[in-house]
Amino acid sequence: MIARAVEGLRWYLREISGEARWDAYREECAREGRQPMSRREYERHRAAHRELDQRGRCC
Amino acid sequence: MNQVTSRVLWVGVALVGAACWTVLALARGEEVSALWILFAALASYAIAYRFYARFIARRVLQVDDTRATPAERLENGRDYEVTDRRVLFGHHFAAIAGAGPLVGPVLAAQMGYLPGTIWIIVGVIFAGAVQDMVVMFFSMRRDGKSLGQMVREEIGVVGGVAALIAVFAIMIIILAVLALVVVNALAESPWGVLSIGLTIPIALFMGFYLRYLRPGKVMEVTAIGVALLLVAIILGGYVDQLGLRDALTLSPETLVICLVVYGFVASILPVWMLLTPRDYLSTFMKVGVIVLLAVGLVIAAPVLQAEPVTSFATEGNGPVFAGKLFPFVFITIACGALSGFHALISSGTTPKMIAKESHVRMVGYGGMLMESFVAISALIAACVIDQGMYFAMNSPAGATGGTFEGAAEFVANLGFTISPDQLQAAAQAVEEETLVSRTGGAPTLAFGLSQVFHEAFGGNLQAFWYHFAIMFEALFILTAVDAGTRVGRFMLQDTIGNVWKRYADTSWRPAAWSASFLVVLAWGYILWVGVRDPLGGINQLFPLFGIANQLLAAIGLTVCAVLMFKHGKAKYAWVALVPLTWDLIVTMTASFQKVFSSDPALGYFAQASRYREARDAGEVLAPAADAGQMDQVVFNSTLNGILQATFALLVIVIVVNAVVVAVKAWRAGGLPTTETPKVESRIVAPADFIATAQEKEAVRAWEAERAGERR
Repeated sequence: MIARAVEGLRWYLREISGEARWDAYREECAREGRQPMSRREYERHRAAHRELDQRGRCC
Repeated sequence: MNQVTSRVLWVGVALVGAACWTVLALARGEEVSALWILFAALASYAIAYRFYARFIARRVLQVDDTRATPAERLENGRDYEVTDRRVLFGHHFAAIAGAGPLVGPVLAAQMGYLPGTIWIIVGVIFAGAVQDMVVMFFSMRRDGKSLGQMVREEIGVVGGVAALIAVFAIMIIILAVLALVVVNALAESPWGVLSIGLTIPIALFMGFYLRYLRPGKVMEVTAIGVALLLVAIILGGYVDQLGLRDALTLSPETLVICLVVYGFVASILPVWMLLTPRDYLSTFMKVGVIVLLAVGLVIAAPVLQAEPVTSFATEGNGPVFAGKLFPFVFITIACGALSGFHALISSGTTPKMIAKESHVRMVGYGGMLMESFVAISALIAACVIDQGMYFAMNSPAGATGGTFEGAAEFVANLGFTISPDQLQAAAQAVEEETLVSRTGGAPTLAFGLSQVFHEAFGGNLQAFWYHFAIMFEALFILTAVDAGTRVGRFMLQDTIGNVWKRYADTSWRPAAWSASFLVVLAWGYILWVGVRDPLGGINQLFPLFGIANQLLAAIGLTVCAVLMFKHGKAKYAWVALVPLTWDLIVTMTASFQKVFSSDPALGYFAQASRYREARDAGEVLAPAADAGQMDQVVFNSTLNGILQATFALLVIVIVVNAVVVAVKAWRAGGLPTTETPKVESRIVAPADFIATAQEKEAVRAWEAERAGERR
């Protein structure tokens, strides 16, 4: 029960912080037989997208 | 869960809610625990979510889970992205929740605890959460179009242009007033300045850590950041030992300049350096504090010190803000019950990430209920502190003279008692020079929180909790100001881009920098005006902020209502029309009073002419101290009045335009809309927070099938 809760919390934090995206990307590459880029390059790429991201924060 | 258990459960929830409301309604002149408010809120939310939100989803909007959402059809790994419903709930909540629901209820507490409680709960159920959910749904059916685009395409060009101007202007006011709250919390507070100032190097460090040291390790760096943040708060207590007291005791004017320079720099730096890491910190603190507050309230179970309804509610002469209960409670509470700003987040960003149509209920409606819960907690924190203290903190410096004696005397005139010694002791307990006339809501909330946490968790940490609360409020607000400046910049570039194509290129530096500069200048100017206002900036500007936000909500609800008529759902249009009508009555009454009232305390123009006449006769009216300040009052009041009138007129233009379209649609039984045609969905996902057994089974079957296809 507790182990499941901890696992759930870990899953949630990884998802919401965006860390899980890297795993998803690598799985996708593995499935399609592509060579994934390095973690550093991947995060640079995401940061470049975020630069033009228009989402606001509310009052 | 079988039907019988379910019925028993909901009857139980209804009984708890009814009992709490009865106690709140009937209790007079006795000690009332704050927990009655807390549980009245929770029970009401549960019932509203279970029944009303479900009715809206199924009957009114007819959400269709066999229809692919834009996230599914247009998935591109950037803005369009199928997102787990619970994760999206977190993202959406982090985007809508900020300082607004914390500050508004604190100021509204001058009317007593009952009006605020009723409006926060009833308002969110029938207005705020409805707006968020319905706007989200309609935007989702249009590939995530923004509110402005929907007004232009579904209502008309006139309304569209008015909406564009209104949204931009309203955003500037909101940013300025939020910044004013920070300035008021940090002015003459070296502890606060030190700990907030340290958040900048902490965020920079996090940014570089993620970029160069360990890319992608967000949780790790957030943990380090939060730890450093706590150290920064503790360090603030040692300003004397560090020899920084004088250097960091800043006047409001200096702080405005710091904020404006900071706001500009932050908006032109790459986002990975400052904005992204600060957002991680702010989100973490937000959730952490809300949980802590809920737990603290339940453990401490404080008794309400405020009256249910004060005489200011009927007389309209309260020192915190002028005006009677109607319409000003509804204006002041703003974000916790109904927030127009949410219509901007609920259109555009969030709809592009929804996995299933039915998720608008939990993300849109549920997210707003959570925001309302934050507002209720803030209201409680303001109502459990000694009311003499509350009014000493929230009356403008012009009234109290800013001294312990002056405040004690002024509060006594209001009918509350607190001695100068008590005021001094309270300030010492949180290690501030003074708490007199620390307007803006943030210090009061921080004081209330420190009291609740002190009672709940013990230890001699009141000063730590006070500055902890100030820190997280300032952190929210600065994040909102930065992000708002960026959004404003994009809006400005987009608008000017209509006439000068190149200006719309967001990666063209001269355009990006000049647009950022103009946005910062706009809110910086109003902030400056507010800080230098002899009548007290919050007292003058907060109503403008509240009305602006509620007018934006009127635009959001207007779009909802018009689209219901156009989709041929006239019989359900009341779902949007009832809150819209109420909101229009409130905002138009408030705007009318602020513009046309002959009472100088209330009407901006009456105020301006009173001070102008006195100035021309060579007199100086308190709280102005000299002829220069008299000029300032005249100028500020006129400016506020013009802004107020402009906002109201813009909204009237949109509403009139909308009525024309709605009537046409009603007669025709519906009109073509820009809704994208249905495409069959291939995704399977549960609908609500907790998946049912059948849903889990369906997801498992679908995943197995998908894995089979890949092989």
